[in-house]
Amino acid sequence: MVINNTLSYRSAFTLIIKRDLTIAFRHRDDILNPIIFFIIVVTLFPLGIGPESSTLSRIAPGIIWVAALLSTLLSLDRLFKSDHNDGSLEQMLLSPHPVFILMLAKIVAHWLVTGLPLIFIAPVLAVLLHLNENSYGALMLTLLLGTPVLSLLGAIGVALTVGIQKGGVLLSLLVLPLYIPVLIFATSAIDTSAMNLSYSGQLAIIAALFFGSLTLAPFAVSAALKVSTN
Amino acid sequence: MSITNSIPSLISANNLTCIREDRILFESLDIEINAGDIVQIEGPNGVGKTSLLRILAGLSEPFEGKVYFDNKLINRNRELFHQNLLYLGHLPGVKGEMSAQENLAFNLALHGLDFETAEQTLQEVNLLGFEDALASHLSAGQHRRIALARLWQSKAPIWILDEPFTAIDKLGVKKLEKLFLQHVKQGGCVILTTHQDLSLPDEQVKKIVLTYQF
Repeated sequence: MVINNTLSYRSAFTLIIKRDLTIAFRHRDDILNPIIFFIIVVTLFPLGIGPESSTLSRIAPGIIWVAALLSTLLSLDRLFKSDHNDGSLEQMLLSPHPVFILMLAKIVAHWLVTGLPLIFIAPVLAVLLHLNENSYGALMLTLLLGTPVLSLLGAIGVALTVGIQKGGVLLSLLVLPLYIPVLIFATSAIDTSAMNLSYSGQLAIIAALFFGSLTLAPFAVSAALKVSTN
Repeated sequence: MSITNSIPSLISANNLTCIREDRILFESLDIEINAGDIVQIEGPNGVGKTSLLRILAGLSEPFEGKVYFDNKLINRNRELFHQNLLYLGHLPGVKGEMSAQENLAFNLALHGLDFETAEQTLQEVNLLGFEDALASHLSAGQHRRIALARLWQSKAPIWILDEPFTAIDKLGVKKLEKLFLQHVKQGGCVILTTHQDLSLPDEQVKKIVLTYQF
């Protein structure tokens, strides 16, 4: 009596997204914490540096991106830790569905609750920092393409450290170097746009990072989880 | 299907060796489990019972040796093997943020089972009336019952259960034992660890005894 059914990958994908979103919305701290962190960090800069618009608009892209990067890092731990601690990660690894589909769904759900809100808040905070008015398009586009990269690459780091009790420092050491290319090209795109020049080159590189990590990260995550749960 | 044996074994392991923290837990272990078997793995704490179950389920890699399902290596046929496997570890895998019914429905759907029946299935484990309560408000025994409820719906022939009776009351244990007998009669097998004495007939239960290795 060997069972061999065909399974729908799409239904597995939506199943996990629905579950993770339900959990996130019932555990609102996890959603609000990174967003509030992002807002606080960005609003503290004008207070610390002074209200001079020329200085602020010069450093605005860097501040917004560094804050986005750190707030993503803050939220990463949640991605697999609670599932690992209560045993549901084991059950996912043992489900008949390919693990990379389930993990991609988890990463997408993570981006929906942490990355997407940043994109909506960033332009409001950019006003506080006197961001050059030509730069808003570039800011939104780089965040739209860049924040998913942060979630995807971060997930690899979390998957590798999930079995370790105090993996916090290790996680930052693993993940932050991988975030640097996104940071460099995103801030450079915003700076270029302020000078009314074309920033399609930088955007293309972020897009390449996005599609590269979108296709490869889920496999890396599932391999890393198998090592972590061994 | 295989034609090598007259009774093909459901799950078999060959020459298994497991090493944890530089200590050999078991060495050159051969296991063959056929349809209709209830196998109890016995031994004192820390002897490697959970490690053995995790290796059989494909969650851990053995130091040496191979595990076969239907005479095929389990990691070569992951999807097929996992459709035929139900593994419950000593963590119940229940999310506190979701209700009992949502937890069970998710578990059923994740393993390709009919999640519409979640509510009725909760009746089997005496959780009717708690189906809408958030799992974080329920007790440890009730968490385990939510996890165990999947057994009533599962069509997988191989059940690997790590301490299934922990925090379950006497009546619940009786009910589970009855379910095990019914499952093996239908051509399945149950591999479990427990420190409690099973009240199943002796001829039904095969025992694998692990001992400390020095």
